Amino acid sequence: MKHEIVEKNLGLMIVLIILTISGGFLAEVVPLFFSKDTNEPVEGLEPLSALELEGRDIYIREGCHVCHTQQIRPFRAETERYGHYSVAGEFVYDRPFLWGSKRTGPDLARVGGRYSDAWQRQHLYDPRSVVPESNMPAFPWLFENRVNHADTAAKMTTLQTLGVPYSDEQIAEAAAEVKGKFEIEALVAYLQQLGTVISEKR
Amino acid sequence: MSTFWSIWVSVIVLGTIFGCWWLLLATRKSQTTDTETDRTTGHSFDGIEELDNPLPKWWFYLFIATCVFSLGYLALYPGLGNFKGLLGWTSYNQWEAEVQQAEARYGELYAKFGDTPVVELAENEDAMKMGQRLFANNCTVCHGSAGRGSLGFPNLTDDDWLYGGEPENILTTLRQGRNGNMPAKGMMPNMTSDQVDQVVNYVLSFSDRAKDPEAAKAGEEVFAQACSACHGSDGKGNQAMGAPNLTDDTWLYGSTYGWIKETVMNGRQNQMPAQGERLSEDQIQILAAYVYSLSN
Repeated sequence: MKHEIVEKNLGLMIVLIILTISGGFLAEVVPLFFSKDTNEPVEGLEPLSALELEGRDIYIREGCHVCHTQQIRPFRAETERYGHYSVAGEFVYDRPFLWGSKRTGPDLARVGGRYSDAWQRQHLYDPRSVVPESNMPAFPWLFENRVNHADTAAKMTTLQTLGVPYSDEQIAEAAAEVKGKFEIEALVAYLQQLGTVISEKR
Repeated sequence: MSTFWSIWVSVIVLGTIFGCWWLLLATRKSQTTDTETDRTTGHSFDGIEELDNPLPKWWFYLFIATCVFSLGYLALYPGLGNFKGLLGWTSYNQWEAEVQQAEARYGELYAKFGDTPVVELAENEDAMKMGQRLFANNCTVCHGSAGRGSLGFPNLTDDDWLYGGEPENILTTLRQGRNGNMPAKGMMPNMTSDQVDQVVNYVLSFSDRAKDPEAAKAGEEVFAQACSACHGSDGKGNQAMGAPNLTDDTWLYGSTYGWIKETVMNGRQNQMPAQGERLSEDQIQILAAYVYSLSN
């Protein structure tokens, strides 16, 4: 085959380029859409409660995922510090996932139950009051703002259509569950359940 | 992975490698010369012309080498669907080998001290160096790097203990954690604001700091009803339930009128997370000895 044929036939060139660049995606990503490991929840995994779900949205809004990952890799150095390595089945209800790609702060995949609620609140209000070396920003407004409950049910309905097993009853009670709650309560509730489905001795 | 997806992955992976290989050879074959000449392809853009030369040899062989490397890699490591590779490598096996290696190396060091009583261990310099590192990794986030605590998180270097400072108390605290819960307004949910003022003054009077002696006097009755069940009628606390002594000068949540009022009005909740699931028994023994050594 001559270079010339490819270079002078745009249509052929487009087809060949698409073929070339889609190889990796077809081999590495597409099979995961149909894999049991990535589609079935681990035993005991429950969808987030309404309050935890709102906490997750606050987590996203404040950009926590920019500095904190939620994925423990299977290396001893990580499992020693953070706990059991993350498995795909823990994230089947995560839309979008919050694995992150950079650790300025520590990984949070199993932070649930690691510290007390009081510590989490104190730390988010003024990180350096409990960890003097910390460079995390403070989030004092979480203690003043109330959770916006107007969209909670709609968010859960959307997730329901995507396959998250919320019951209609849960959705009906969603707004009432979060109404009047401070944002800090939602965020701490979200943090305290992170990674608690799998627990194992380090 | 099902057989279908296994074949799917294998066909695409091998197809890509051999496709690249074929493309490399096919385009080379069509080349009219295999040495460098001044001949151009005939293209000319703004006076810039394209030489019609083959790929440099080192470059061509490097391409071939990457294809050969990838085939070797696929033979040794899992990459072709369900084929596990000749080395049988998995990320899980690698992790487990790392853990076992570390267990063999460090487990022995911990085990050496695991059976030594806490008080004796606290005298052992090597054990305390290990304890300090365990403390730094697991405890300092709340209790501070020097173990002095902060507002709401107990100081471990003094002689004042919420749940007792004997070795067995410390071990229990480490293994099972503690759940501190002071209900708002104690046992008297309908306490009036006057009564709050009185009981705060009464609590301050334990350390001779009452703002209003008369209110303090009236507070005695409120205290008996609302607080004495946990803190004792003399305010000296109860280590069995982690109720602090109110008559000393150690204050977990602040000692002033304002802080104490806040505590009475809203209660206090805090937990010491259990470490029994996270650390081995030997590690907990060493850690307990380190905590014990901080105040002894």
